[in-house]
Amino acid sequence: MTDQAQLLPGTLDLLILRAVSLGPLHGYGILLRIGQISGNALLIEQGALYPGLFRLVRQGLLKASWGTSENNRRAKFYELTTAGRKRLLQETESWNRLAGAIATALAPQPEEV
Amino acid sequence: MRIVDSLRFRIAALFQRSQVRAEMEEELRSHIQHRADDLERSGLTRAEAERRARIEFGASEKYHEAIQSAIGASFVTTWLQDARFSLRQLRKSPGFTTAAIVTLALAICANAVVFGVMDGLVLRPLNVPKSENLYGTLYGNNSAWQSYPNFLDLRERSHSFEELAAFNFAFVGFDTGKDPAAATGFAASGNYFDVLRVQPYLGRFFHASDEHGINSAPYVVLTYAYWHSRFHDDQGAVGRIIEVNKHPFTIIGVAPPGFQGTLMFVSPDFFMPMVNQTQLSGWDPNARGDTGGVFEEFGHLKPGVTFAQAMDDVDAVDAYLAKTYPREVVAKHTVLATEGLTSFGPPVRAFVTGLMALACLILLAACANLGSLFAARAADRSREVALRLALGSSRKRILRQLFTEAILVSTAGGALGVSGSFVLLRRLSTWQPLPAVPIHMPVNPDAKLFVFALVLALASGFLFALVPVRQVLRANPYEIVKAGSGARFSKRLTTRDVLVVIQIAICAVLVTSSMVAVRGLILSLHSNFGFEPRNTMTAGVNLAMAGYPTDKVPAMQRRMIDTIANIPGVEHVGMVNDYPPLVYASATRANVFKEDVSDRKPANATIMPYTYSVSPDYFAAAGTSLLAGRGFSWHDDRNAPAVAIVNRDFAIRVFGSVMAALDRNMTLQDGTRVQIAGVVEDGKYLSLTETQEPALFLPSLRTPTASAYLIVRSHRDPQQLAATMRLKLRELDAGLPIDLQTWNTLLGTVLLPSWIATMALGVMGFLGAMLSITGIFGMAAYSVSKRLRELGIRMALGATRTEVLSAALGRSLKLLAFGSVAGLIAGLLGTRILASIVYQATPRDPLVLAGAVIAMALLGLLATWIPAQRALSVNPLMLLREE
Repeated sequence: MTDQAQLLPGTLDLLILRAVSLGPLHGYGILLRIGQISGNALLIEQGALYPGLFRLVRQGLLKASWGTSENNRRAKFYELTTAGRKRLLQETESWNRLAGAIATALAPQPEEV
Repeated sequence: MRIVDSLRFRIAALFQRSQVRAEMEEELRSHIQHRADDLERSGLTRAEAERRARIEFGASEKYHEAIQSAIGASFVTTWLQDARFSLRQLRKSPGFTTAAIVTLALAICANAVVFGVMDGLVLRPLNVPKSENLYGTLYGNNSAWQSYPNFLDLRERSHSFEELAAFNFAFVGFDTGKDPAAATGFAASGNYFDVLRVQPYLGRFFHASDEHGINSAPYVVLTYAYWHSRFHDDQGAVGRIIEVNKHPFTIIGVAPPGFQGTLMFVSPDFFMPMVNQTQLSGWDPNARGDTGGVFEEFGHLKPGVTFAQAMDDVDAVDAYLAKTYPREVVAKHTVLATEGLTSFGPPVRAFVTGLMALACLILLAACANLGSLFAARAADRSREVALRLALGSSRKRILRQLFTEAILVSTAGGALGVSGSFVLLRRLSTWQPLPAVPIHMPVNPDAKLFVFALVLALASGFLFALVPVRQVLRANPYEIVKAGSGARFSKRLTTRDVLVVIQIAICAVLVTSSMVAVRGLILSLHSNFGFEPRNTMTAGVNLAMAGYPTDKVPAMQRRMIDTIANIPGVEHVGMVNDYPPLVYASATRANVFKEDVSDRKPANATIMPYTYSVSPDYFAAAGTSLLAGRGFSWHDDRNAPAVAIVNRDFAIRVFGSVMAALDRNMTLQDGTRVQIAGVVEDGKYLSLTETQEPALFLPSLRTPTASAYLIVRSHRDPQQLAATMRLKLRELDAGLPIDLQTWNTLLGTVLLPSWIATMALGVMGFLGAMLSITGIFGMAAYSVSKRLRELGIRMALGATRTEVLSAALGRSLKLLAFGSVAGLIAGLLGTRILASIVYQATPRDPLVLAGAVIAMALLGLLATWIPAQRALSVNPLMLLREE
C-alpha cells in the first residue's frame, strides 16, 4: 500500500478516459482497470471515482447506460463518446509533453556531476 | 447544442433530484456489491465481505455532495438551503426584519414614484408618432409675435418644418341640449391632426381642406375621455349638433384613447378649428399684434434639419416680421423645444431631476441604515459565524448566506415599495388639483417602473450586504469563541460609525430642504400681493358663452355689478376684464410711450407694464390702496377723456415719484393719449416670484370684453354668499355660465407649482426624519445592549445617572451632532437650487436654521429615549449574576 503514489490533481479524469477507452466498463470495473494498467501503483479512493464520472458525463465525454455485469449484477456502464476520444488524445499528448519537460528538468545536469 | 444539453441536464437534475439521487445510490450500491463479490472470492463469507466493502468505500454521503456539485445542481440547491436558513434567521428577529423591510420599502417607494413622474413628464415624449422630432415655439415672455397672421407667415417662410400647425385654448360653454357646462377645448389649425399623424377613433378629424375662411368649419372633435364621460361612449354622438357658446357645431369624430392633445399637463375636452374662434370670442384672425392669438406652433423637423438650423430659420422669420410690421411685432428670439411641456419644460425638468436626486439620497440613507443594521447583526452573530467556521463551513458559504439574507430583505422591501408606488402613481394620474382647469398628470406605472424598482432594490440589498463582508472575512473563530460575545467595544472609528454619520447627514439635508420649502410657501402665502384675497369672492362670467354680442356686454356687466352690490353684506363689487392678477398666469403687457415719442414702434416703448381693464369700484373690492389721485368712475367711458391709473413702480420708473406722475400723459400703442389720474400700491401680477413689475389700469368701459371676473368683497360666509350670488345672477339671465370661487381658491393655480414642490419636499423631509430616527435608534440601542455589563459595573461602582448616560449614549450623540452639522451645511448649500422653484426659499433664514437644528435635536432625543431608559434601568446585581 505504502508504495502507491497519490494522484496529481486533475489526472483522475485522464485515467478514467484511458480506462474506458479499451471498452465499456462499470464504475468498479474502471477502478480495477486503472489498477491493472498502472501496475497497482496509483491510489484511488473508491468513492472519489464517482464525482469524476458524473462530471465527465456532464461534459459529454462519457455516456452511461445501465446493463448487466459479468457478475450478473445490474451496473451502470460507461463508454467514450467521440468527444471523449478526442479529449483523451489531446490530454495524453499534453501530459506526455509535460511529463517529458519535467523529467528533463529534473534529470541530473552536466554541471551537477 | 452542448449548452442546451447541459442546461437540460441541470434543470432535470434540479427537478428530478430524488430520482437522480436514487440512481446515484443504486450505482454506489452496485459498486459495493461488485467489491464484495471480489472479496467473497478471496475467501470471506458474504456478510463479512459486504461489511468490508462498505467500510472500504467510506461514508457515501460525502460523495453525494461531491457528485451533486459535479453535476451542477448544487448552486440552486445550496441557494435554496441558504434561503430557507435565512428565512428562519429573519423570522427569529422580527423587529430587525420589519425595520429593514419597511425602511427599504419607503425608500424604494419614494424612488419609484419620482421615477414614474420623471418617466411620464420628462423621459417620455408626447403620445404621438415620431414625437421626438416634433418641435414647437414656446409660449411665455417670448410669445409676443404669436398671432395668427404671424403663424401664417412663419408657416410660409420657414423651411425647417415638414408642416406647421398651431393651437390655442378655447374656454367655452358646451351645450349638448340638456346640461350646458363649461368645457376646455383646443382651437387648432386645420392641419393639426395631420401634422400629428393621429387617426380618429370614431368618425373623422377636420383637415386644412375644411377651412374656407372665418367661421367656415363649425366642427368639433371630442377627446376619448370627454366622449366617455359626457356622451357615455354613445356611438351616435358623431354627427350630432351641439352648441358651443350658443353657436351650432357638428361633432364629426372622436380622438383615440391615448391622445390628449399637445400639452402634457392639460387634457382638453374637445378640438375645434381655429378659424371658428371668431364666432365664439370675437377673436380677430387678422390682428397681428394679438399676443394671445396662438398658444403654440409646432411641426416635425424635415429630415436632415438640425435643431440649430431650425432655430436660425425661425429667428430669420422673427427678424423679417419685426422689420415688416414694426408697429405690431417685437423682434424677439423665439425658443423652440420638443412639444409637450412648453415653457414649463426647463423648471419641470430641473425640479424632477432634483427630486430624483433627493430620492436617491433617501435610498442611500436607507442603505447606510440597513448596512449598519446588518453590520451590527453580523457582529452579534460573530459567535455563530465562528462556530460555523470552526465546524468547517467555508467563508464563502457564510458570506453567501449573508447576501441571501440581504437579498430576501431587499426583495421583500422592493415588492412592498413598488406596490405602494403603483397605488400612489395611479392616484396621481387621476388627481385634479384645480377643479376649473383640466390638469392631468401623464403618469402610468408600467413594466419599466417595475424593473427599475426591482433593480434598485437588489442593488441596494447588495450594497448593504457588502458592509459586514470584511467583518466576516477577518473573523478569527478561535479568538471569538475564546473571548465571548461583545467583550470588545473599541474606541476606534468603525465603518458603522461612518455609515451612521453619512446617514444622519443625508437625513439632515432632507429635513433642512423641506423646511426651507415649507417656510417659503408660508412666506409666499403671507406676502403682499397688492390686493387682499381674503374675504373676496370672484365670479367669472363669460357673456360670450351665453351668446351676448359685444355691444350688449357693458350694459349687462353693469347690471350684474349693481345686482350683486345690492346683496346685503356685500361691501364692494368690482370687475376686471379677462382674469384678475395672478390667476392662470395670464397677465398681458402693453407698450406705453412717453408723450413726445412720435414713432410708436415697440422698440421705442418707454415701459411695458402689465395691463388690466377694471371697473370703478375694482380697487376697493380688491383691497388695493390708492396712494394718490382718484380711482375710476362710471363716467370714464369712451366719451370721456381717456384716463389711466398706474402702480407705484410705474410712477417711479417713468416720473421719479408717485406725486410727479399725477396728471401726466402717456400714449398707448394705438395712439390713445391717457392722463394718469391716480397711483395705486405695487403688487404681484404674473407670478409670486417675479421682481416688482409696473402695471397700468384702464377703465373697462373703454374696452368692454365679454369675459370678466367680478370681485366681491364681503365678510359674509363664502358658501352662503356664493349661493346668493348665483341666485341673483340667474335671475338676470338663467343661461349664464358662472364660475364662483373665492379669490384664494383661484390663486391655487399660481401657488400650485410651489405647493407641489413643498409637498414633495415635505414628504422627502418626513422620510428623511423617519430614517434618521431608525438609524440613531438602531445605533443607540445597539451600543447600550453591547455595554449593559459595563454599565452595570459602573453603576455598582457608584456612577451617577449622567455618567451612565454619557457612557451609554455619548458616542451616538456625538455622531448625531457631527452628521447633523454636516447635513445642515450641505442642505443650506443645496437650497440655493430650491430658490428657483419655491418662493422666497432663502437658506439664510434664521427661523429655518433654528428649525432644522431643533428638528434634528428632537429627532435625536426621540430616537435615543428608549435606549437611554434601558441604560438607566440597568440592575447591576441582576446583570452580573447573569453573566
